[in-house]
Amino acid sequence: MNALLALSRAIDAMSERIGRVIFWLVLVAVLISCANAVVRKAFNYSSNSFLEIQWYLFSAIFLFCAGYTLKHNEHVRIDIITGRLSARARAMIDIFGTIFFLLPVTLLVMWLSWPLFVDAYERNEVSTNAGGLIIWPARLMVPIGFFLLSMQGISELIKRIAFLMGMIPDPGEKAHEKTMEEQLADEIVRSRGDQAIAEETVDIAKGRGEPT
Amino acid sequence: MTAFLIENIAPLMFGALVIVLLLGYPVAFALGAVGLAFGFIGIEAGLLRPELLQALPERIFGVMANDTLLAVPFFTFMGLILERSGMAEDLLETIGQVFGPIRGGLAYAVVFVGALLAATTGVVAASVIAMGLISLPIMLRYGYDRRLATGVIAASGTLAQIIPPSLVLIIMADQLGKSVGDMYAGAFIPGFVLALLYASYVIGVTIFKPHWAPALPPEARTLREANGASGNRSLLVLTVLVAAVAVAFWMVYYDRYHPDVATDERIVITMLVGVGLAFLAAVVNKVFKLGLLSRIAERVTFVLIPPLALIFLVLGTIFLGVATPTEGGAMGATGALIMAVARRRLSLSLLKQAMNTTAKLSTFVVFILIGARVFSLTFYAVNGHVWVEHLLTSLPGGQLGFLIAVNLLIFFLAFFLDFFELAFIIIPLVGPVAEKLGVDLIWFGVLLAVNMQTSFMHPPFGFALFYLRSVAAAKSYVDRITRRTIAPVTTGQIYWGSVPFVVIQVIMVALIIAFPDIVSGGLAKKEKIDTRNLHIEIPGAAKGGIGSQQDDLTKALERAMRGEPEPEKSQEDDDTAKALERAMEQNKGDAPASTDKK
Repeated sequence: MNALLALSRAIDAMSERIGRVIFWLVLVAVLISCANAVVRKAFNYSSNSFLEIQWYLFSAIFLFCAGYTLKHNEHVRIDIITGRLSARARAMIDIFGTIFFLLPVTLLVMWLSWPLFVDAYERNEVSTNAGGLIIWPARLMVPIGFFLLSMQGISELIKRIAFLMGMIPDPGEKAHEKTMEEQLADEIVRSRGDQAIAEETVDIAKGRGEPT
Repeated sequence: MTAFLIENIAPLMFGALVIVLLLGYPVAFALGAVGLAFGFIGIEAGLLRPELLQALPERIFGVMANDTLLAVPFFTFMGLILERSGMAEDLLETIGQVFGPIRGGLAYAVVFVGALLAATTGVVAASVIAMGLISLPIMLRYGYDRRLATGVIAASGTLAQIIPPSLVLIIMADQLGKSVGDMYAGAFIPGFVLALLYASYVIGVTIFKPHWAPALPPEARTLREANGASGNRSLLVLTVLVAAVAVAFWMVYYDRYHPDVATDERIVITMLVGVGLAFLAAVVNKVFKLGLLSRIAERVTFVLIPPLALIFLVLGTIFLGVATPTEGGAMGATGALIMAVARRRLSLSLLKQAMNTTAKLSTFVVFILIGARVFSLTFYAVNGHVWVEHLLTSLPGGQLGFLIAVNLLIFFLAFFLDFFELAFIIIPLVGPVAEKLGVDLIWFGVLLAVNMQTSFMHPPFGFALFYLRSVAAAKSYVDRITRRTIAPVTTGQIYWGSVPFVVIQVIMVALIIAFPDIVSGGLAKKEKIDTRNLHIEIPGAAKGGIGSQQDDLTKALERAMRGEPEPEKSQEDDDTAKALERAMEQNKGDAPASTDKK
C-alpha cells in the first residue's frame, strides 16, 4: 500500500505541475484572440492559422487540465443527497465511480482516439482552411488528455482506499487554498478598513460544497 | 426480460441517469458512463450496431473545434480580473451616495449597480460578495428590513446570468445551435425589464411598508460641497444635458440623415455620444478647476466610465457586428487586464489565480458537455429523442402546454441542479421538440435562461444565497458610525428575502410567454442580422478544421444515400452521429474513410 501511495503522490505531483503550466495558455489564448480581432479590423488581415491556434489552445487547456481539475475535486457533482453522508460513504462512492464510471470512459476514449491520431499523422493531414494547421497534434491531445485523466483517477482511487484503511486523512476534503471569492472578500474588507465589516465573520470556506 | 429492455430502453436509460447522477459522482463521467453502459447493452441486445461507439472520438473533436465555447474561458477570465479591479466597490459607494437620501435609495442603488456589473462581468459570486460587504452593512445600519436587503442583493447579483455577456446565454446558444450574438440581443431587453421589476418591487415596498426601506439621513453622505450643499442639482443638470444631447443626436443624426441604421447600432452609438460628453465635461472641469460640476457629479461620471467603456468594448462591438462574441470576450479580458494594471490591482498571484480558476471552470464545463455528448450518442441511437418528443408533444395545450411543462420542469430541477447541468442535459432534449412545435429558439433560449436564473436564488442551495450568507454578519457587532449593536443576519432572513424575487422571476417568465415581443421584437432587426452574418462568416470558416468538415462530408454522404437534395439544418449534432452510423453500415469498419481529405 505504501508503494501505491508513493505512486499516487507522484501522479498528483505530475498533474499539479502540468495544470500549473497549462493554465498560462488561458492568457495566451486571450491575447492571440484579441490581437487577431484588432488586426483583422485595423489592417484587414486575417490568417486561419491564428483562428485555429485558438481552439488548439482551448483544447489543450481542457484536455490537459482534466486530471488537474479532478485532483482539485472541481468536476461538478450533484451532492444534494450524498453530501450528507459520512466521509467513508463518500469515499466508497468515489471508489465505485472511479472504477465503473471514470476509468471505462477514459480507457475507451483513449483506445478509440489513438488510431485517428495515427491516421492523421501518417497522412500528414492538414486542415482544409487556407493556411490551416496540421491536424495530428490536435488529434494527439485527446488520448494524452484522457491518459492524464486516467492516471489521476487511479491516484484518487489509491487515496480513497488508503483513507478507508485509515492510512491518510479524508482526500475528499478540498485542500484549502483560498478561493477567488474569499480573496475578493478579504480584499474588500482590507481596502475599506471598515470596522463594521471587519468584525463580521468572513468565512466563505465554511459550508462550501460543490456548486449546486 | 430482453424484450422488456428493448421496448423500454430509452426510459430505462433516463431513469438510470437520474439515479447515477444522484450518487454524487462528477456529472461528466456519470453521464458518459451511462451512455457507454447502455451502448453496450444495446449492442448486446442487437438493438444497436457495434460500430456505434466509433463515433465517440468524433464527438470529442466536435467539441474541441467549437468556436462558441471558446468564449467561456474568455468571459470567465475577464470577470475574475474585473472583480478584483475595485470597480464594483467604487460604483456601490458612489451610487449609494446618490440614491441614499431617497426612500429605498440603497435598494435602487443595488439594483442599478447589479445591472451595470451584470453587463460587464457576468460573475454572480463577485457581485453578491461586493454588495454583501459594502451595501448590506449600510442598509442594516439605517434600519432596512433584513429580508428586503438580502433579497435585493441576491437577486441583483443573479442579473449577471441573464444580462449579456453571460455564460448561460453562450451555452444556451451553443446547445440550441443559434448564434451567441442573436441570443445576447434577445436577452438584452428582458434583462433590463427584470431589473425594472426588481426596482418596482422596491417602490411597492416604500409605499406600503415605508419603514422597511428608510431614506438615509443627510449626514450619511460624505461626498458634498465645501459649503455643505449636496451637489445634487449639478448632477441633475449634467444628466439632463447628456440625455438631451443624446436624444438630439438620435433625432438629427439618425432620424434625419441615416434612417436605415439598425436600432441596436443606434443605441450603442447614441450612448457613446452621451457618455463621451459627460466624460469630456468632467475632465475639462477637473483639469481647468472650473468648479462647474459638484463633487458628486464629477465622481459619478468618473466611476461610470470604466464599466461603460467595457460594455462598449464587449457588447458594443458585438452588437455593431465588429467582433464575434468570442472576440468580444477576448477584447473584454484584455481591457480588464489593462484596467487592473492601470489601477495597480494586478499582481502575479492574482493573474495566476484567475488563470487557474478559468482553466478549471472551462475544464469541468467542457467535460460535462463531452459526457452529455457520449450520453446522447446512445440515447439518440435508441430513439430516446423520439420518446421525449412523444412525451412532450402529447401534452395538452399544444405549444403553450409544452412551454408551461418545460418551464415547470426546469423551475423544479433548478432547486437541485445548477445551470450547466440543466443546459447540457435538458436543453438538448427539449430544444428539438420546441423547434418542431414552431417555437423560435432564440426566444425559447432567453425564456429558459430567465427561468434558470432562479437556480441561483432558490433556497437552500442557490449560489447567490450561499455567497451572501458567507459575507453577511453571522454574529452581532457594534456599528462603527452609530455605535449601536447590530443583530446578526439569520439564514432564515436570507431565504425568505429571496422569495419575492423568485416570484418576480416567475412573473417575468409569464410575461415573456404572454408578450413574446419582449425578446424577439426588441433589438433584432432584419437589416442588422444580415450584417452580423457577414461578420460571422470569417471565424465560421475557421471552424472547418476538423469537426465541421467531417460533418459536411458525412452529411453529404447521408443525403446521397437517402437521395435527399437539401441539407437538414436542425439537430446537426445528431445528424452527424446518425450519418456516421449509416456511413458505417455501408462501408463496414471503414468509418475513418469519411474523414479523409485529399
